[in-house]
Amino acid sequence: MRVPSGGIRTWEIQRLSAAYLALFVLWLAGHLFFEPPTDYWQWYNWVAQPLVKSAFLLFFMALLVHVWVGMRDVFMDYVRPVWARLVLRLSMMMLLAGLTAWILQLMQRVVPG
Amino acid sequence: MQGNNNRPIFLDLTRIRFPVTALVSIGHRVSGVMLFLSMPWVFYLFDLSLQGPEGFARASAILSQPFVKVLLIPYAWFLSHHLLAGIRHLLLDMEIGVERESARLGAVAVLSVGAVMAMVVVVGIW
Repeated sequence: MRVPSGGIRTWEIQRLSAAYLALFVLWLAGHLFFEPPTDYWQWYNWVAQPLVKSAFLLFFMALLVHVWVGMRDVFMDYVRPVWARLVLRLSMMMLLAGLTAWILQLMQRVVPG
Repeated sequence: MQGNNNRPIFLDLTRIRFPVTALVSIGHRVSGVMLFLSMPWVFYLFDLSLQGPEGFARASAILSQPFVKVLLIPYAWFLSHHLLAGIRHLLLDMEIGVERESARLGAVAVLSVGAVMAMVVVVGIW
């Protein structure tokens, strides 16, 4: 059996995550525009709602894979030396792993009170 | 790596014509990289705003500083341009707007609607 090539898979990841990111950003902008949170508890309790929290978590995960593929494409197009690409992609992976850990820890703290 | 080093290179910037579709394309890339670079700051503000009433107040205070408000202008534009150029890209993938004229029209739409969206956001913030 042939394993699907990495190129096609990242192409799909980029578009799937893009679709979700677009919907989420428009939804969040709409919320902030029509019902801007006036104080901390209003904002916190809104984010802490299970559905909203899941939407945020999914957003951050989609964002991180989207950035990973997007920056990889940019590096592949403009950075020629193999060692430089390697360094950039490794730093990218570490940075994104760090951001993921940060966001998971942060969202874990946000619980309905 | 195998390379053909005899490939012709044409990089006379004064003679290269830069069509509006290319402008949207490079704008998509540049805005994407800028949005990526802004991530730690956005994450920081989001984290701060959820740390308690004090953090929320601090995040609001940061966002209302004149310097930060000025930075939000290009940020709003990066975001709207990237979003619209991305939607155009998905439409192109579905073979919508691929013909030369419609591709040009779509590119002009992305540039102008993106600018308008950024202005709406900026007016909303200021």
